[in-house]
This record gives sequence, structure tokens and C-alpha cells, in this order.
Amino acid sequence: MAEKLSTQFKLHPGDFTRRGFLKKSALATMGTMLGADIVFGKNLPPYTLPLAFQQSDPLKELGKHPDMIILNDKPWNIESRAHLLDDDITPADKMFVRNNGLLPLDNDPYNWTLTIDGESVPNPKTYTLQDLKEQFTHHTYQLVIECGGNGRKEFNPPAKGNQWELGAVSCAAWTGVRLKDVLADVGISNDAVYIGYYGKDIHLTGNPDKTVISRGVPMEKALEDETLLAFQMNGRDIPIIHGHPLRLVIGGWPASVSGKWIHRIAVRNKVHDGPKMEAPSYRVPCEPVEPGAKVKDEDFCIIESMPVKSLITYPKSGAMINKGQSLPIRGHAWAGDLRVSKVEYSIDFGATWQSADLKPAPNRLAWQRFTANVDFPQKGYYEVWAKATDSEGRSQPMLVPGWNPKGYLNNAAHRIAVKVS
Amino acid sequence: MADRKPDIKVDVPGLVHMLYNQLTILSVVIILAIMGYTVYITYLDAYYQPEPDQPVAAAAPAMPVSGIVNGVDTETGLIAKGNWEIVRANCTSCHSAKLITQNRQTREGWQGLIVWMQETQGLWDLGDNEDLVLDYLATHYAPEDKGRRAPLKDIEWYVLDLTAAL
Repeated sequence: MAEKLSTQFKLHPGDFTRRGFLKKSALATMGTMLGADIVFGKNLPPYTLPLAFQQSDPLKELGKHPDMIILNDKPWNIESRAHLLDDDITPADKMFVRNNGLLPLDNDPYNWTLTIDGESVPNPKTYTLQDLKEQFTHHTYQLVIECGGNGRKEFNPPAKGNQWELGAVSCAAWTGVRLKDVLADVGISNDAVYIGYYGKDIHLTGNPDKTVISRGVPMEKALEDETLLAFQMNGRDIPIIHGHPLRLVIGGWPASVSGKWIHRIAVRNKVHDGPKMEAPSYRVPCEPVEPGAKVKDEDFCIIESMPVKSLITYPKSGAMINKGQSLPIRGHAWAGDLRVSKVEYSIDFGATWQSADLKPAPNRLAWQRFTANVDFPQKGYYEVWAKATDSEGRSQPMLVPGWNPKGYLNNAAHRIAVKVS
Repeated sequence: MADRKPDIKVDVPGLVHMLYNQLTILSVVIILAIMGYTVYITYLDAYYQPEPDQPVAAAAPAMPVSGIVNGVDTETGLIAKGNWEIVRANCTSCHSAKLITQNRQTREGWQGLIVWMQETQGLWDLGDNEDLVLDYLATHYAPEDKGRRAPLKDIEWYVLDLTAAL
């Protein structure tokens, strides 16, 4: 009986319900094999299997592309790769996942409510999801959502946390209602400073009293046109792992402000103080520090707009071409709250730079497409580097930028390898 | 009223008959369940399973519950040396072992993480195990000097046919 159960039990496409729960039949089969009932099996969070049955191919079950990289499976943290991010609008299967807790047990859109309260809300109000959809105008924006720790893997000394390489970024089309329209309907007082979201994800300890993560943004950002209470992604219900049925979507800032499974938004009369607002989470030293430095909690500042960055999404690194061939390259560039003003590329490690063709964004806070045709002077090994510059003249560094204890904001230029023979 | 005895009649043959009937029904249910399960695993599994790159008929060798292959625990991915079982017991009940295996820290750095988890994430006091856990982590998951930017590595070379696409 010393056989691993997960090799015997094969998960079938239909074993999870549409909402990610294990069907009774699957639980019964597993119970039989285990020789014991899986007590409280129906309470397992969506897309979770009992330990004895954990699968070798969860990407398939989560609807993710097979080339995605699983960094963590409890909680789910899955990153994309540069060549998978070639679409103008990132499809669900190529979108990174950064979860801090376990998926919520309750994701029923028909009983979902959103409560707006907090010190700066004189009369708190609760909406059903249906109310939100019916009472407010719908808007769709393509929004860049990038994890604050994207690129963490390159910091030296190493920073703690999920070791994202470069794929913790996406630009999907989100549809929902403007947070500012909802807040106007509720009515907020003049002393409002910050919003803080609350989601239904479950703390890793299983303690129902512990909030997994509750972050937010200052009112100015919260009241931007593009700040959405979204119920659709790319024209369909948001996938459960990305926040179904309701997600706060705020482009250009660390993805952790785009709270998933939102059931409450507090309008605060001070900077929000929910879990993971505090130092060192999503904060960097207010003043630059030397690599490896110890930083006191009070010397950290909250990350706001993300820095300018770009990715070469075609071709995939490792292309071998023939001498005399011109190599078409393309990718995306984005700059937090700002626009990208130019993208350049280099094939000589930054000694010389050529301009790439850069398109405007389809809307504010979306990434911009760049393309170029690259010629190589002779046979050999090359790296193509891309460098974007934002509308205030700041460019991507070639080296890993300022070290910080948690390894945030690495916007070093992306590189792909090419061999010409 | 207090003297009145309850009126109990025991119909022994009737009870036996009833039990017999119930047992018959129960065994039929059990037999049906076993048949159903057999059909399920024989046919439905076969219906879903044949993946092109996996030989269906070959009986896979039994995999041990926590096997160690090349010095790594197959279940968790932890390096199976030293105090790894203490680490598994204390560190993987809340989060995946992948959070350990993808990180590199000094002893001090790992200790900082333990303190953070205790202060904010509900980790218990590790007691005497804390030193054992830190010994293991600092030995097997220690930082390497990567410089200011590492060269590109693990490049998967492929021929890009520029005449076909675009």
C-alpha cells in the first residue's frame, strides 16, 4: 500500500464543478481509495485536492498554458514567460497568478454583495452584484497589472518571497463599473484619504478571523476613470483564480492593489492599515540603501506607480537565424501611471541604440506595442536588449536597479539571445 | 398508573424475517456499488485516460509515499539531508515547500522570515526546533553571489524559420 495515491487517482476534466469545487463523485472515489471518508471534503477551497491526491499537472486543471511556471502551489503563484505574453490582450491561460491565501469557498455570483463603509462613509451601503451591473454604466479598459515583485529573482543578495523572473505582468481587457461612480452614489465625506479592499480568500492557516491581504490606494488613484469594480475579463466572467465574481482592478500600480473576490471596500480617513499595507510588504526604502542593508520599518515607503518597463515577446529567446536575414522583433512597453515615449533596442550590449516603432496605447494604463527589424553585421552570438523610456524621460536600467529588502521594482532591460550562422 | 407495565410483545419470527430482508437489500446495494465502481475505473478511466505520450498498458512502478531520488524528497522537493523532516513538519502545513526551495537566504535572513511569520502569519513558537530548522535552511538554501546581473543561461536554442511566418 506504499503507493502514491496521486499516481493512481487520475483527475478528470469534469471532476471540478464550474466553480472549482470537487464533485461528490470525485470525493467518493478518493475516499474509497484512501480507505476513509474525506471528512469536510466539500469545504476544500476551489481547485484544491486532499494532500494525498495532489496532481502532477495542475496547470491543466487551472486552465493555464503548459509553459507557465508554478512558483508556489499553496498558495497558487504561477508566472508567465516573455514569449507567452505576445498577445495585445493577455488571454486568461497566459496570465500570471499571485495569490496570498487560498481560494475562497464562496464565489457564488448570485448571492454576492459589496459593502462600502469606513470612517469617511456617513451612510454605508451594500449592493448586490446585480445592483452594480444594473445601476452603473459599464466600462472596458485594457489595464497593465504587474506584481510589485516581478523580477525579484535577479536581486543580489536575494530577496525573500516568490522568485518571479519576468512573467508576473499582464494586460487584459477588464469590464466593470467605475469605483468613482459607486462612491458618488454612496456619498463620501471630505476627509477621505485612502480606500482599502477586503476579499474572501482564506488565510493559509485556515483561521477564518485572519484577513489574508487588504490593500488599497489614495483617493486620487481610486477615483480615476480606469479604476474598476470588474466582473468580466476579456469579455467573459473573470476566472475564479483571478477574482471571480468581483475584482477591484487598478492599472499601473503593484498588482496587490487589485484585490480579488472583493466583498467590501472601506473608505478611510487615514492611510489604509490592512494586512500587507505595513512595512516591509509592497514598500521600498524611502531613501536608497546599499545591497543587503537592514531597513527599519519606519524608513519604508509605499510603492505607488510602477516603473517603466518592456518585454520582447517575439521571438522567444534562443532563436537561430541565417546571416543576412533581418529579424523582426516585437513586444510591449508600459510605464505605470505614465506613457511610454520611446522604445530602443541594442544588439551590442548597450553600446549603440536604434529606435523601435512604438504604437500609442489603446487607452490610458494599457501597454504599448513596439516592433522593429533587426539586422546583424556578422555571424555570432548576440543579445537583443530593449529599453523603454517614459513620458518624463526615465529609462530602464541595464543592470538590476536599487536593491531593496523585498526585491521590488526590478525594471532592468529585458534580453533575448540570438545566434546568427 | 405507576403500576402499569409497558405492553411489549416480541414477535421473534417477524423480527428475523425483517432483519433477513434488510440484510438482503444491503448486500444487493453493496454488490451494485462494487460493480459500479469497477465499471467506473475500468471503462471511464480508460475513456478519459489514454494520453498519446503515455503507454496505457504499462503498469507504472509503485512510487513510494515519500521517496528520495537524487537526494531530493519527491513529495516536497526539499533536499533530503540533515533536519529536513523537521523542516517539512514545521514549515509545510501552511505553505508549500516550494516557497522554501525557490528562496536563498543567510541564516539571519531565514530567521527574519520565521519571526515575520510568527508576528503576522500565525506561525507557532518553534522552540528547540528553530535552531535545527535554521541549520538546515542556512546550509542547503544559502545565497550564491549572482553579481549585479547574471548572464543569460539555460537558453533553449531553436531554428527560427523567418520565411514561413509573418
